Amino acid sequence: MNVTFKIQRFNPEVDKAPHYKEYKLDVPGTVRILDALHEIKWKQDGTLTFRRACAHGVCGSDAMLINGKNQLACQTLVQDLKTDHITVEPMKKYKIIKDLVVDMTSFFDNLNRIKPYFVADGPPPARERLQNNEDREVIEEATKCIMCGACTSSCPSFWADPKFLGPAALLKAFRFVFDTRDAAADERLDIINDSHGVWRCHTIFNCVEACPKEINITDALSHLKRRLVTRKL
Amino acid sequence: MILQYDVVIVGAGGAGLRAALEVPEDMRCAVVTKLFPTRSHTSAAQGGVCAALGNEEDDKWEWHMFDTVKGSDYLGDQNAIEILTHDAAQTIYELEHMGMPFSRNKNGRIAQRRFGGHTRNFGEAAVQRACYAADRTGHIMLHTLYENCVKKGVEFFSEFFLLDLVMKDEVCCGIVAYDILTREIYTFHAKCVMFATGGAGRVFRITSNAHGLVGDGIAVSYKNGIPIEDHEFVQFHPTGLFKLGILVSEAARGEGGILRNKNGERFMERYAPTIKDLAPRDVVSRCIYTEFKEGRGIMGDDGTEYVNLDLTHLGKKVIDEKLPDVTGFARTYLGVEPITEPIPIQPTTHYIMGGVPTDINGQVLKDHKGKTVTGFFAAGECACVSVHGANRLGTNSLLDIIVFGKRAGKTMADYVRQAAFVDLPADADKPARERIDKLIAANGKESIGVLRETLQNEMMDKCSVFRTEKQMAAVRETVRELKERNKNIRLDDRGKVFNTDLIDAIELDYLLDNAEIIVEGALARKESRGAHYREDFPKRDDAKFLKHTFAYKTDKGVRLEYKPVNITRFEPKERKY
Repeated sequence: MNVTFKIQRFNPEVDKAPHYKEYKLDVPGTVRILDALHEIKWKQDGTLTFRRACAHGVCGSDAMLINGKNQLACQTLVQDLKTDHITVEPMKKYKIIKDLVVDMTSFFDNLNRIKPYFVADGPPPARERLQNNEDREVIEEATKCIMCGACTSSCPSFWADPKFLGPAALLKAFRFVFDTRDAAADERLDIINDSHGVWRCHTIFNCVEACPKEINITDALSHLKRRLVTRKL
Repeated sequence: MILQYDVVIVGAGGAGLRAALEVPEDMRCAVVTKLFPTRSHTSAAQGGVCAALGNEEDDKWEWHMFDTVKGSDYLGDQNAIEILTHDAAQTIYELEHMGMPFSRNKNGRIAQRRFGGHTRNFGEAAVQRACYAADRTGHIMLHTLYENCVKKGVEFFSEFFLLDLVMKDEVCCGIVAYDILTREIYTFHAKCVMFATGGAGRVFRITSNAHGLVGDGIAVSYKNGIPIEDHEFVQFHPTGLFKLGILVSEAARGEGGILRNKNGERFMERYAPTIKDLAPRDVVSRCIYTEFKEGRGIMGDDGTEYVNLDLTHLGKKVIDEKLPDVTGFARTYLGVEPITEPIPIQPTTHYIMGGVPTDINGQVLKDHKGKTVTGFFAAGECACVSVHGANRLGTNSLLDIIVFGKRAGKTMADYVRQAAFVDLPADADKPARERIDKLIAANGKESIGVLRETLQNEMMDKCSVFRTEKQMAAVRETVRELKERNKNIRLDDRGKVFNTDLIDAIELDYLLDNAEIIVEGALARKESRGAHYREDFPKRDDAKFLKHTFAYKTDKGVRLEYKPVNITRFEPKERKY
């Protein structure tokens, strides 16, 4: 099918502000947006710049704003968009480095704030720690997170408060707080228990809509809130 | 700019991160990676990581060792395979202790499932040996290792691109890389360097590998006089999504999935009566190609063929719980519902068994006689220790990276304690700098994209599952010609900031080196062994070729030498499943 791609371009060495450039492609509807971007880069314009790696939605490199919605370019097919006019822009609210590449330093810094690692409560046993599959199931969905940044970038609370930890970091907190083997739940709960933490989440559900792994992030955050409330009691 | 670290690790997949965790706090360690660490391709490993934990049924590491030796078509070095399989259980427990959320069985222990080529009692029947986290084991492992690196405060140089190895008087004393964000060139002066840069699947058109898997560490080693071992052994995974090559884990067959041809026949019963669909990957890929050749493939709309992977009898519950991601890929990319419809698949380039040769401690070998390079280490897919020989068994790649990543890290730590910094040679970064300047100015006629595509098509069509002298001789010519044309490429982007056109150009050069080594090794190996199948030499020839290929770069092209295989417990036998 003939498709017009309108892509936001920005070269910091030349441009004062982002602008759009159009490219026309004849591609099967079954190709990924990422394939189309490659087709443009490799056949039409080698300056087009974007990140990508695995090309099938597991590494989290290529989240971008496609027809107004944060999506992975490698997980979205041209035919999914049901139009022959496709607009591709960088994710919002991160500083643009070049074209579709954004600066995710703040995103990773926020993740690092919540102690995003397992803390044991003593020396390990000789073999594995035991854990019920039912207990493990509680964090199963949260472990799917690929840290693409789509959720945080689409969150109105994050737009309003750049200090907000954001859904991805809070989901990571959930992953450890609710891991029955972990011993640092209280420390993490203290970290997220303020106005830039989990209480900044107003259950708008944009993160859930944006998540390419279909994680119910808002629900996980609600569990964190409940845990904080019951902890106080 | 020059920076100094005791240890510099290139690559932040499983092997690099596992090594970094072994470097003590009082040593300075930098991990240099062209991607943000969690973007590394370890995240794409799906089905599991094997260790004879015996959580589901009786198992012994000796059985795992035998399976790996047999799977390697007896080319794997048995001293290294003994370490791999013996240390497996301890290494898995360590990951669990680091917090890795494995799936659990009803006793609360790490759950285990069947996997291709893994058997009980030396080949009797399939065994449940693969520890897993649903069907995203690699993703979970990579994130766990990264989280532990954050905890430890490991210093990362993310989005830095490897250009060169710095050697002085045959001692490795650093690397040259550039910051993708600014194009500034950095020399990392180090007491020791480790390459954990991953594979080279992008040499071929259809691949499960990420775009960045161009064999960078392998090419940079090769350019610096390091031989490359057994590079002709490239694994084609039988079940890639049709046309796309995206991996559908062997776990799908481990859970009971069945391959069927156009008549609906379970054709693997004919080829491997004992373990059927769970035969090793080289065997199954060849069987699929044979089905195509004999007219039992299913024709796709583009004139290429596929067979079906049938999961419909497993039921929704098993599919949703055990195989959620891979069945999701089938829905997303092919519009197929695996609960009710079979999944069209074809073999996909998946893993390179060869690479930078190392000893059992991860130290890089200087030659086929076993001399090592002081200060230079490698582990993971870019390395060849060699535990996979001519064909890797499923799950052994994740095991390889953690067992030998850890060993390399430990050995480096011991080395750093007693070693002094070797002064950098004058102008250590000069060759890299000149190379970048030349590329940035490149204004020739050739398109990077066209050259890469030509290479990938040629390699896929003429040097993949089935190989012949005639076809590979043609590829050899194509690679030579592409190397010439590569001197005349054109860059569109001459900027400093995040110049991915420049990356494409350097990666093309690395791909061409890897292709050259693969083709020359494959032409010279006039036998069929593991993943290397010669239609003109269909039998394994132990008398002539039970040996490792070592490919050296010379001015006149590739020079090949050979090294004997280490055989301890299991004498080579005919390989039947």
